[in-house]
Amino acid sequence: MKTLTSLAASASLLVLSMGVVYAGTLDTVKQRGHIQCGVNTGLPGFSFPDDKGKWNGLDVDVCRAIAAAVFGDAGKVKFTPLTAKERFTALQSGEIDVLSRNTTWTTTRDSSLGLNFAGVNYYDGQGFMVKKSLGVSSAKDLDGASVCIQAGTTTELNLADYFRSNNMKYTPITYDKAAETVAGFDAGRCDVLTSDQSQLYALRIQLKDPGGAFVLPEVISKEPLGPVVRQGDDAWFNVVKWSLFAMLEAEDMGVNSKNVDDMKANSKNPGVRRLLGLEGIGGKGLGLPNEWAYNIVKMVGNYAEAFDRNVGTGSKLNISRGLNALWKNGGLQYAPPFR
Amino acid sequence: MAQSTATQTFERHADLPPPVMAVGVLGWLRTNLFSSIANTILTIAAVYLLYLAIPPVINWAFIAADWVGATREDCTSGGACWVFILARLNQFIYGFYPELQQWRVNLAFGLLIALFVPLFVRNFPNKAWVGSFLLFGYPIIAFVLFYGGILGLPVVSTDQWGGLMLTLIISAVGMVASLPLGVLLALGRRSEMPIVRAFSVAFIELWRGVPLITVLFMSSVMLPLFLPEGVTFDKLLRALIGITLFESAYMAEVVRGGLQAIPSGQYEAAKALGLNFWKSMSLIILPQALKLVIPGIVNTLIALFKDTTLVIIIGLFDILGAVEAAIKDPSWLGYAVEGYVFAALIFWIFCYGMSRYSQGLERKLSTEHNR
Repeated sequence: MKTLTSLAASASLLVLSMGVVYAGTLDTVKQRGHIQCGVNTGLPGFSFPDDKGKWNGLDVDVCRAIAAAVFGDAGKVKFTPLTAKERFTALQSGEIDVLSRNTTWTTTRDSSLGLNFAGVNYYDGQGFMVKKSLGVSSAKDLDGASVCIQAGTTTELNLADYFRSNNMKYTPITYDKAAETVAGFDAGRCDVLTSDQSQLYALRIQLKDPGGAFVLPEVISKEPLGPVVRQGDDAWFNVVKWSLFAMLEAEDMGVNSKNVDDMKANSKNPGVRRLLGLEGIGGKGLGLPNEWAYNIVKMVGNYAEAFDRNVGTGSKLNISRGLNALWKNGGLQYAPPFR
Repeated sequence: MAQSTATQTFERHADLPPPVMAVGVLGWLRTNLFSSIANTILTIAAVYLLYLAIPPVINWAFIAADWVGATREDCTSGGACWVFILARLNQFIYGFYPELQQWRVNLAFGLLIALFVPLFVRNFPNKAWVGSFLLFGYPIIAFVLFYGGILGLPVVSTDQWGGLMLTLIISAVGMVASLPLGVLLALGRRSEMPIVRAFSVAFIELWRGVPLITVLFMSSVMLPLFLPEGVTFDKLLRALIGITLFESAYMAEVVRGGLQAIPSGQYEAAKALGLNFWKSMSLIILPQALKLVIPGIVNTLIALFKDTTLVIIIGLFDILGAVEAAIKDPSWLGYAVEGYVFAALIFWIFCYGMSRYSQGLERKLSTEHNR
């Protein structure tokens, strides 16, 4: 019954609104005039509406960058908030063009869901938060600690593995919900709180004394988060992939939203000139205007700016760059050469 | 005789204690709260519990609360941070509806209230016309105002609808559409035509047998997979259809209860008058049946109103969804309790209002059968 109704409804909508023949995503997007971007319904620092109802966050900025590259206007994005369960369907069914929703890149997802991961915009991983008063500076010193943890998550398994492989003992104190876990930690029920690092920073704000706790440098699991597109549409895949790379390359070259005009006018550096579309292939191979990367940097900023603004020192979260520093600063973020 | 009377002395009886106070505050306290030792103990324990519970809540919500400001830095006194609610109020009410266009939402709801008031006024002339305009004309006006696209109003697509506005839209559409569908299904289930009956039974049992959350999930996750690639249709529309069909099954059973309570003499009398099926139903049976099941209908409607919060699992931001998104903003992390209290208060106001209205309606329509 429902299927019939919806079929009828969709058929009528088809007649009314579908003039578009299903083509490559890039062409569809250009014709439509905006990008449909799937984001999280709310994740501190990554995707959240601000007081004015404008979407913000590191994941959101990836979509803005793509819009800047394609249209020269970072505002031409429509955000579709998605829950974890519906995110892949929304992408597969064509409801969204790109999924930028803290999605971990795994073999299963990459190989069996008909999806392609277009890079990593945030290297996440499980970490530990301790109170300064504990006097610990490394996770290796946590032998015998009591650990607050959320029950029934892979976090629990990772924790057990880590302590066992390092020959350390710990007492797990499990809670059902994140809010209870942080309350337990705050009340001193445990010495350590463990969760994904990006979460730890968000939980830290909720402590009575956020300055009294800090996140240890160790990361004990791999959670590379990145934007996802449909498999089999390589032109669009390239656009998304290189939009992300352009932000990284801009940081690498020292180009940011403030000096980009100056760089464009005066820079002699061939790398910068190629990035900004003054030399080399420009946007030809991607089907984009030559100044596509310039537009990204001008409108959204380079990776460092996006990071600082949303999750880094410029935000309440104050996440350190860690694994997300550029390769030359000891991190993992790396863009292939632009030439 | 005279002597004996002389020896008798008049002795005053000692004063009796005054009768136990049976009226006034003290009397009330004595009969209701301290009538026996056990009750006295219970009363004292309850007062002590209230003393433990209420002052901290009042202190948190009012005395130590922060009311003015714009950022979390203004929340310093340790109590509730209502600044958060005030800063986000616009979003909680309108969702992502563009600020310049919000007058359209206000106008639509203002019109709704203006149309509703005459219905509450006794003896208002042409009530039937106002009512049918509310049912058939108003939804079109409201849709034009909300969505736009004609008369020079810019289009505001449904993904920008949200907050209290979305909650009200979903529940209003659900209520208005599920009642007639439910009546039809209830009649169908009691019909003597086998196909109609079988269809109604199957429909009701199917929709009543699945949780609403799975219906919404199907509409959002499974349905797009059946459609050709690139064809999508509005998420809100999908949710509205799902909720309407789901609620109509419940409504059907409530109405069927009313139909069964009508004595068969009424049916026979209607037939004896020569009324056909639709006439006998609309003139005799349904008016009585629906009046009987007002509490059941309102019960279902209140449940529907609260069930609308489930749309959050398909990424629609009703008022609760708007609150949950707002508490994920790093500038407001940690003020979840204030957000939830606010949402609860809004829901309570609406549900209590509906409940009071239904009680008034029952009193107004009551003719007999009061036991």
